[in-house]
Amino acid sequence: MTSGQWAVKQTGMTATDHWRQTTRIRRKTNALPILTFIIVAVIKIALALFVLLTAVAYTVWLERKVVGHMQNRWGPTRVGPFGLLQPAADGVKFLFKEDLTPPHVYRPLFIAAPMIAVIFAITSIAVIPFGNFLHVGSITTPMQITDVNIGLLVVLGITSLGVYGVALSGWSSNSKYSLLGGLRASAQMISYEIALGLSLIGVLILAGTFSLRGIVEAQGGHFWGFIPNWNIFRGGQFVAFFIYMMAAYAETNRIPFDLPEAETELVAGYHTEYSAMKFAMFFMAEYANMITVACLASLLFLGGWSGPVFGPWEWLRDLEPLVWFAARIFIFLFIYIWVRGTLPRFRYDQLMAFGWKFLLPLAIANLVITALVVAWRA
Amino acid sequence: MLHLILFSVFGLVCVVGAVNLLLQKHPINSALSLVVVMGSLAVEYLLLGAEFVAAVQVIVYAGAIMVLFVFVIMLLNAGEEEHTEGSRVAWLLGIPGMLAVTVIVCWALLMHSDTRTVSLGALPGPPADIAQLLFHEFLLPFEVTSILVLIAIMGAVVLAARPESAPERKEG
Repeated sequence: MTSGQWAVKQTGMTATDHWRQTTRIRRKTNALPILTFIIVAVIKIALALFVLLTAVAYTVWLERKVVGHMQNRWGPTRVGPFGLLQPAADGVKFLFKEDLTPPHVYRPLFIAAPMIAVIFAITSIAVIPFGNFLHVGSITTPMQITDVNIGLLVVLGITSLGVYGVALSGWSSNSKYSLLGGLRASAQMISYEIALGLSLIGVLILAGTFSLRGIVEAQGGHFWGFIPNWNIFRGGQFVAFFIYMMAAYAETNRIPFDLPEAETELVAGYHTEYSAMKFAMFFMAEYANMITVACLASLLFLGGWSGPVFGPWEWLRDLEPLVWFAARIFIFLFIYIWVRGTLPRFRYDQLMAFGWKFLLPLAIANLVITALVVAWRA
Repeated sequence: MLHLILFSVFGLVCVVGAVNLLLQKHPINSALSLVVVMGSLAVEYLLLGAEFVAAVQVIVYAGAIMVLFVFVIMLLNAGEEEHTEGSRVAWLLGIPGMLAVTVIVCWALLMHSDTRTVSLGALPGPPADIAQLLFHEFLLPFEVTSILVLIAIMGAVVLAARPESAPERKEG
């Protein structure tokens, strides 16, 4: 069946016309001249990268402080006030440490695996929106590096590719702890990716678009007067939210799902044989994944950057949504760290049974119920 | 113009990856070359305007199926292939055969395609259009394919299950 036959039978207009129409609707803002666009894009990329890497470093600091206080001790206090310069000291330490490569590793993959892990962890920031539009002089630009209309799928795809960093590092280290840790970690990650993806389909049914900005815009407004229209309240996606949180903890290999890197079980799992900068890259990848997951959760379930916006100046009103977004991310990271300090870890068979026998059927049930409610309302 | 450049670059990456897959001795290198092929195919789909298919290609093929390939190689500890003496008959028959097949396929494609190009937007791209096709036009093939996959999974489980023995069960 050729595409022409498809088009005329369905809608009466050709496929090209249909595509052109939807593209016209998608192009909301005026296009900037090409050189301005490139400069603005480069500035946005540099800024987002800088903010993300600083956020990763200070998430480590936050974790050490919070877990420390939960365990009735201080956490880092020596380096700078409240230990705030500790990440800088850690960075310098990692740079100067001896970068040891054990003798019988499979060298190309041993060196490439941490790079793969960190590249895919940082790339997903490219499609995540942080706020509404920013007006600088005559330039209006969305606060997002690029608004792809399959943004959510791009993030899921990048998360799926991140498994390679773990699997390849475990195998190329040529050590039994690393191999077992790598195998377990990758099996865990691909199992929980399914529950993760399915829990998000409820949100997609409600929003009707894969574009992350579109999903946030579908959550604008209030109902019953003061309750915001977030997917977790009005969309009824609270079950999906909890499935997403649990699947995200498993995806990022955090407690209670961190058996692959548990100290008492597997020395350090897939990153046993890594030292200095390569280990730091795995570390960065893990925390960058945490931040990406927190961003996604706040965009998809908690209304993104919505919050009271006030102030006389336009630049202030443009930047306030950033503050609300950052507040949500901070809350998620705090919950992540709170859970880390509180719960014991799952045994591996418990972990896999939980993902396949509990989360997956629950996510499918959530999807079916959401679809039925939406169809019944329409 | 940019379209042509991108198409050529990623087509080249795809072909180089596929040839590398054949030429590599260690299976892990072949598996990773196949990941590169899947990724470049996804970009080609994107260049055709099929964004949903491109994303799903990355998520499913490159991100799940190839991970399982890499798993198997890791678990079986497959080492480098041994160097074997090539068979002369294979060279004598293989190269002319490959050339003949290439010539026939190129001739068939050039003879029977009307426009020789596909324009952006000629194929269903947005997820809504694909959903329309999948759940209205092609509903029966879709459901039958999912049952096929289920049968494959059941077969794999049956093949991999340990044989049950009653005395072992009672002791355990």
